[in-house]
Parts: sequence; C-alpha cells; structure tokens
Amino acid sequence: MAYRILEKEEIAPSVHRMIIDAPDVAKAAKAGQFIILRIDERGERVPLTIADFEREAGTVTVIYQEMGKTTKQLAKLSAGDSLEDFVGPLGTPADVRKLGTIILVGGGVGVAPIYPQAKAYVNAGNKVISIIGARNKDLLILENEMEKASSELYIATDDGSKGHHGFVTDIMKRILDSGEKVARVVIIGPPIMMKVGAGVAFPYDVEILVSLNSIMVDGTGMCGGCRVTVNGKTKFTCVDGPEFDAREVDFVQLMNRLAMYRGEEGKAVEKYEEECRCGLH
Amino acid sequence: MQELHGEKTGKVKKERTPMPEQPAEERRNNFNEVTLGYTKEDALVEASRCLACKDPKCVEGCPVNVDIPGFIQLVCEENFEGAIERIKATNALPAICGRVCPQEAQCEASCVLGKKGQPVAIGRLERFCADYEREKGVKAPEAMPPTGKKVAVVGSGPAGLTAAADLAKLGHKVTIFESLHKAGGVLSYGIPEFRLPKGIVRQEVEYIEKLGVEVKPNYIIGRIKTLDELCDDFDAVFLGTGAGLPNFMGIEGENLNGVYSANEFLTRVNLMKAYDPEYDTMVRRGKHVVVVGGGNVAMDAARSALRLGAKDVSIVYRRGEDEMPARREEIEHAKEEGITFRLLTNPVRILGDEKFNVTGVECIKMELGEPDKSGRRSPVPVEGSEFLIPADVVVIAIGTSPNPIIFKGSEGLEQNKRGTVVADEETGATSKCGVFAGGDVVTGAATVISAMGAGKKAAKAIDEYLKEK
Repeated sequence: MAYRILEKEEIAPSVHRMIIDAPDVAKAAKAGQFIILRIDERGERVPLTIADFEREAGTVTVIYQEMGKTTKQLAKLSAGDSLEDFVGPLGTPADVRKLGTIILVGGGVGVAPIYPQAKAYVNAGNKVISIIGARNKDLLILENEMEKASSELYIATDDGSKGHHGFVTDIMKRILDSGEKVARVVIIGPPIMMKVGAGVAFPYDVEILVSLNSIMVDGTGMCGGCRVTVNGKTKFTCVDGPEFDAREVDFVQLMNRLAMYRGEEGKAVEKYEEECRCGLH
Repeated sequence: MQELHGEKTGKVKKERTPMPEQPAEERRNNFNEVTLGYTKEDALVEASRCLACKDPKCVEGCPVNVDIPGFIQLVCEENFEGAIERIKATNALPAICGRVCPQEAQCEASCVLGKKGQPVAIGRLERFCADYEREKGVKAPEAMPPTGKKVAVVGSGPAGLTAAADLAKLGHKVTIFESLHKAGGVLSYGIPEFRLPKGIVRQEVEYIEKLGVEVKPNYIIGRIKTLDELCDDFDAVFLGTGAGLPNFMGIEGENLNGVYSANEFLTRVNLMKAYDPEYDTMVRRGKHVVVVGGGNVAMDAARSALRLGAKDVSIVYRRGEDEMPARREEIEHAKEEGITFRLLTNPVRILGDEKFNVTGVECIKMELGEPDKSGRRSPVPVEGSEFLIPADVVVIAIGTSPNPIIFKGSEGLEQNKRGTVVADEETGATSKCGVFAGGDVVTGAATVISAMGAGKKAAKAIDEYLKEK
C-alpha cells in the first residue's frame, strides 16, 4: 500500500505543502485531527496536523517545516512519489458548533491546522476572527486562504515586515479588550507561543483551547508516549486531545517531554546532511 | 519407527530433550532468537517419549484442541508434512504457538509423564513441525467454495488472524482491518524478535493471505469507519482489537522523560526496530533500567533493554516469584541473562533531575498478607523499608486495557466496567447483532493462545450465524 503525493510546493522557506492521495482518510477527516505518516520501511512514524482535505477528490493536505531528519527527507520528495504509510484521521475532532465569535490564533506552521478550523467554524455559523503570524513576511503561510476562510483576518510579524509589528497575541489582547464578546479562543503554534499566548488570555472570561503536538508512535492510545498532565491528570494527546483547555495544560511538562530526543534528533540530522553531501540521498 | 515409541519399548526417558539455545553470554548482546529449535534427531527422540494415551489430557489442555498425540505419532513416523497438516487442522499459527504458548500451564501441564518426570515437550515439537514446513515452503491451503458472505475482522493479532483463517477456509470473504502499518498485532509490536522472529509472523500472515483474506493496514475502525458502518457493509464482524491501552501506576514522576509504557518501549524496539541503526526510530538506551511488573511483557522489556546495552536491568515486582504470571521459560531465560529480580518490592515514586530526566525509582519492600479475591496472597508494604534504585530508563509493564476507539459509533455494543466487550464465552456473540468478539478485548490482557482459541470459537459461531441469516 502506498500513498501518492499529488502535489508538493515550498510555500515559505523550508515550509512545504503536500497533497496526498488518501481517500479513506479524506472521507472521514474533520477539523482539528491529524495523520501519521511514514516515508519508507525504515522511517519514523511522524504525526502532522491535517491542513486541508477534499472529500470528493479523496485528498489530504499536510504542511510541515523542515526540522528533523524525517521532515528534511520529506522535503526532498516530489509529486509522483509515494509515502509508505499514511494513517488517520487521528485525534478527537475540534468541538466545532455555533458559539458566536471565535478568535483563531496561528503562529508559524501553526497556521496550517487553524485553516480547516476557520472553515468549519464559519460553516457552523460563527464569526471567525483569525490572527496569523510568523517571524517575518516570507515565513507567513496561507494568507490568501485564511483571508477567504475568515470573517476578519489580522497579521503580525516579529520584525514588522508585514501587518502588526509584534506578536499575534498583541492583536488578540486588543480584540479581547475592545469589549467584543468572544466565546472561544483557539491558539495553535509552537508550545512556548501557546503557553505565553494562553497566559495573555487567562484574565478574560473566555474559553481558551490549544492543540498539542506531543511525541507519539501509534496515535491510537497504544503507547502513551504523548501523555501530558491536564488538570492534574495524565491524558493522552492522541486520543483525549489534541485540543485541551489551555488553563489546565501543564505546558512546562509538555515542553520538557518534547525535548526527550533532542540530542538524538540533532545527531540524526547531522548524519543525514552529511550523507546528502556525499550524494547518498 | 514404531519401536521408538515409548509405549512399545516400555523405556521412557524421564527427562525431556533439551532445547538448543544461544548461550546466555552471547544472546544478551543480540536480538537473534534465543532458542534454536530441535534438530530432526532431537525431535525424534522427544516424540518417542509420548505414550499416545487413549484419553489424551493434553488435548483438553490446549485452547484450540490440537490433536497432540496424533501429530506426535506422525513425527515418530518421520512424516513431518503429515504432522504439520494435523496441527494446522485446528491451529493456523503453529510456528508462533510453538514459541510463545505457556505450554507448562496448558497441554504440558496435563501430560501424564509430568507426574513422575518431565512432560513431553509438546511446544518444541510443534515448533519443529512448523519450522520444517516453513523451510520446505508453505503449501497454499484449500478453501471451501465461496459462500458469497463477507466478514470484517477488526485487528490482526492472534484472535483476528485465527478467526480470519477459519472463516476463509469455510469460504467466506474476509477483510482484516489493522490500525498499525503492519499486521500481527501484539505478535508484531509486542513480542520481541529474540523470542518470536518477525519473519515468522510475516510468513504466518502470508499464509492467511493465501487463504484469500485481504489485510488492510493503516485502517482504524472508530476513526475511518465506525463499527456501525462496518455492520452495514459486511454480513458479520469479528472484533479482535486486543487490550492495547497501557496502564500506568499513577505515582509521582511517571511522566518524566525516560519513563515508558511497555507498549511504547516494545513498539519502538520491535515494530519500529529501534535496535537496528539502519532504522530512524529513537529509543532511550538506558544504562540502568528498571522494569515494573511480573508478566511476559515485563520479561520482554527487561531483556530488550539488556540487548540495547544496559549495564544492569532490574525487574521490580510486588509479589513473589511463584506469583509471577510470566512463562517459566521466560523467567529462567531472564535470570540466565543476568536480569536482577527485586521481588516483593513496589515502586512508590519516580525521581528526576532538573532537566526532567528520570534518575531513579523509590521502592518499598512488601510482605505477603491475606489471600485476595484472586486467591493470591496480597502484598502489603513494610513500613519504613523505602529504598532507591538508580535508573535512567523505567518501563511500566503492569498490564493493558482495551482501546476505547472501537466503541465510537458502536450502537448497542455492551461493555463492562473494565472497558472490555461483553461476549458469550462459547460463541463470542456480543449484544450487537452480527458482531462477535474474542481475545484480550473480551478477557483483558491474556495469552496469544487463549485469544486464538476465542477467535476459533467465534469463527465457528459466525459461520453458523451466516448460514441462518
């Protein structure tokens, strides 16, 4: 069984979008869910959030940033190539229903999982205010798509090269301060951004959700590698999440657990890049 | 060859024929199979010990009722093809059962020879026959004419594979849905290479595919399709989803880096081959490893950690050695390889450093008190006996529960409090029409062979259900 890559595009430096032929996954996918892929027999199982899906066409879109060996290897694949494994949809879908006004905050590649949520919340009859950000304008992704999917779109860059000069959460705070009644804030991005961002929203009377990106193997509750403490209890990100109430998540533990293989990951990348230089890949 | 038969000569060796093994010193450094298997000569000598009882108790002791004296007689006659055929009449996975069944608690426990000496090494003979056939090339088995009925099997572990094989032989069209990328369930992700080489699992799966069974990997029932939808698409469904959810102790420090569930540790090592540098899988290779638990899974984790390069590995178990649920052979092998057994000991908390890495396990000594509901004397802590075992990897192997994903969209499927499916013991029939279940998803974590037995019974019941439908 192989899963064909139908399209592949570098949408920002080192950030790639891939459209995969996976009809079974596409048919069942919902906003907020993820997939696990494996490039080949010797590869890792890597979880990636679903960035889009087309039920009719039977395709699933994923967006990833080159970080570890597997994502660097993925970056070298092109349309027409195949992945050995592509399993999903995994995780509990986002709890999308009519709530009123929703703020969606996406940072970096965290904008990717925000996109299907924007569409779903709007479809459910909500006003969706999206705030997307990146370090600079070149790294900003899905601006046009988000513009179309959201009721309102705000942009922030760390260096001010586009939109607000500063953090996405500055804009979020401004909206929360404006007195507009907001039912829910969803923040997705690097863990530190979610931690700090959620902290900014804590004082407000608003529900705050974050989507976690724990290390996992199977994605079905079997390994427990993705466990995280939520409200003092151990939860599995893959089945109990990936979305949790930000006020209850132990972010320090989350970040510590994400660092579990940092040394090994660094070595694997070094070895891979060395092999690439030698023309082995 | 008849004269070799014990009954005829009247001289039966009290001791069973020893199993050739890799020496402990050597094998603790590799993942190759520990036991090497009988030679033809070994097999003939061992088979000759069988008394060919008229009322064989061993057959009753086998969950799938293999005709044990029958196949052993064929071994004596050097008709190994006939012997494996006889085994396969009731057991679709003999190469696996010959390796991982707890024979000492089943067929061999009932062997008459066991009363005065050692029972016939039935498991070793079964393995010999299966390996003989594998070397010669497995014949495509014959199936009955197609019935036109479609059966879905959820899970490709021992229960699912057995049910699928039996149903396919009866002419039904079987599709197996497997959530992982490889078929085999616990045979692939759980039991290590050194105890059950994965090439054997692959061949057994191929045998079942030869019967016309389609295996769909990466297909999660409860996510891609619900059980209710499966019931619409198929004439019957067998649930063999196992007990895949790891239990944790709920003690302080359990989420520290370096603390694994046995499921995760073994999946990384076995299914994802973390021991092989050619694979990308990461796993912490601990120098000082503590494994909590006393079952086969704990033995597997401890012996895997040793092979990954640990200096010392301790098994921490709250009861005594006699209460350990692991197979006798696994306990012996673990001891030979140098695993330390810390019995009547229970972890209290797990300690870590400022970088969130595990540094040790604080344990307390236990003593056996009054018998509990299971009839085993329950351990009670000895006050003030706490002590520390330094560790950089800790593996929790205290059991598993059924995975609840299958219950999403399964109207009318009754579960009990422990999360297992309620199913008839004889037929596997559940409260949901057309849905049968067997193996760990019904019993909670148990053995490969009991899951196979349940798969077998359910296949028979499903066939009857389909005839009446």
